[in-house]
Amino acid sequence: MADMSWHSDSGGGDDSAVLDMDQIEPGQISRDYDRDHQDDFGSTYASEKRGNSGTQGSKSFAEDMRQRVGENVTQMMWQAGAQSAKRAWNVYGNIDLLRPYFDVEPKEVQSRLLYSLIPLRPTDTRQEVPKELYGPSMVVLTLIALLLYQMKTADHRVEEGTLIGSAFAVCFMYWLGSSGLVWFVAYVCEVRIAILQILSMMGYALFGHCIVLFMGTVFHTGHDHMFFYLLWAIIGGLSTLKMAGIIMSRTRGPKQRLFVTGTIAVLHMFFLLYLHFAYNTFVQEISDALHDNLVPAPVSVNLNIEVPSNDVQAAT
Amino acid sequence: MADVEFHDEIVDVPLEGDIDVPGAAKSDDELSTLDEPVKETILRDVKAVGNKFAHVLIPKQSRLLLKEWDLWGPLVLCTFLAIMLQGSTDDLNVMGENDGGPQFAEVFVIYWLGASVVTLNIKLLGGNISFFQSVCVLGYCVCPLGLALIVCRVLLAVSSDSLGLFIARFISVIAGFAWSTFASTAFLADSQPSGRKVLAMYPLLLFYFVISWLIISHTHS
Repeated sequence: MADMSWHSDSGGGDDSAVLDMDQIEPGQISRDYDRDHQDDFGSTYASEKRGNSGTQGSKSFAEDMRQRVGENVTQMMWQAGAQSAKRAWNVYGNIDLLRPYFDVEPKEVQSRLLYSLIPLRPTDTRQEVPKELYGPSMVVLTLIALLLYQMKTADHRVEEGTLIGSAFAVCFMYWLGSSGLVWFVAYVCEVRIAILQILSMMGYALFGHCIVLFMGTVFHTGHDHMFFYLLWAIIGGLSTLKMAGIIMSRTRGPKQRLFVTGTIAVLHMFFLLYLHFAYNTFVQEISDALHDNLVPAPVSVNLNIEVPSNDVQAAT
Repeated sequence: MADVEFHDEIVDVPLEGDIDVPGAAKSDDELSTLDEPVKETILRDVKAVGNKFAHVLIPKQSRLLLKEWDLWGPLVLCTFLAIMLQGSTDDLNVMGENDGGPQFAEVFVIYWLGASVVTLNIKLLGGNISFFQSVCVLGYCVCPLGLALIVCRVLLAVSSDSLGLFIARFISVIAGFAWSTFASTAFLADSQPSGRKVLAMYPLLLFYFVISWLIISHTHS
């Protein structure tokens, strides 16, 4: 606002010797002024004007301030928006960095999935671990789908958010979080293994979880969890042994071996237990209720009757 | 007069060549959108979206979906699926705790997250396709599954729960699943590196499988 009044003043006033305005268009000088004098020149000029023209000047000062604040806020918002857009773009642009880890043939993925359940005896030669992320990420996605199925059949509910969101968070956080933890422990215990190899190893090991979850959900026998425990011990154990073999072939001291292997085994086996029991409570309660109250079999099979039977349990 | 002769010489040479900017739109259609009525503009867009749906339903090797991608069709489909799969309000009385809310958000999240993950996977495997092109194709190719959902809803509304009904619904959903997968692979076949089609196909199958499963597990009439 200040520069607008400045133009009208210098155009009509007597002291036009300071600036010869005849040669220059008002719009142009306004642009130049805006570009060059972003400092406090404008405000000093505004204060001079205020001295000259009293109340009108103070009004223009207030407007000037308002405009400046508005401009600043707009600029800040714009910068913040641009920064976040830039960050998102950078993440998307960095996809090329990940591409080498997805360079894999279908047959390789097949054999790696199979060998994730076949432990090898640890020897002096290091067992090879691929630096590959395609297989693990697909395994995690499959696990998410299975978990979603399990949540649905168990009638699991989340207060805020969606089932798919929580399944996604649980699986990816376990994969990345446990790999991070194992990497830290491996670093402390001087295991010769890279973070990408750990990610790949932990990811492929989740294939066992997929099988157990699938069998446990589809062929769930109901009243006891013997079938699940059996699968948990066999398939979970096999993938744990596979990882233990890899770690042992890459570590020197026995204590270090025990520590790293123990960490991996605990993480791996307990995650499977968590996946099975955390989202299975409803079914378990129902089966318990049915078992205790000896509800006739034809009624108990139907899913629609399950909730009243749960109420029966609550009443007793 | 030397000037006149010179002028004649110039006129004799015919004007030749194209004035075109590389990358600019070739057709003149888009220049006239300012003058035309709004109705025409909307109708044209609706027609374009409908055309793409037709392409999905009758899959053929065409680059229309890739070349002129839009997200209107996927948005409409996604909203349709989410509304149709919304849990019935009767549940609220029986269960006492079912808010029926997450279903809409869930379908929405599965739809867009799934499409993004599949796209990201294609990009990571070295496919040459832009992000939104792929999301567009994947979104449009859910159309057969949407039809399967309509069939399921009609079947559920017509008759009561029985084994025959379940088999009919199962067949319709499986058909929709196969159709969706076939259509999307037909469109995306060129953009994937040869020899790795299986790798790119797997998450795609998983994506459509989860949606099919959502449809078949929805038993409210």
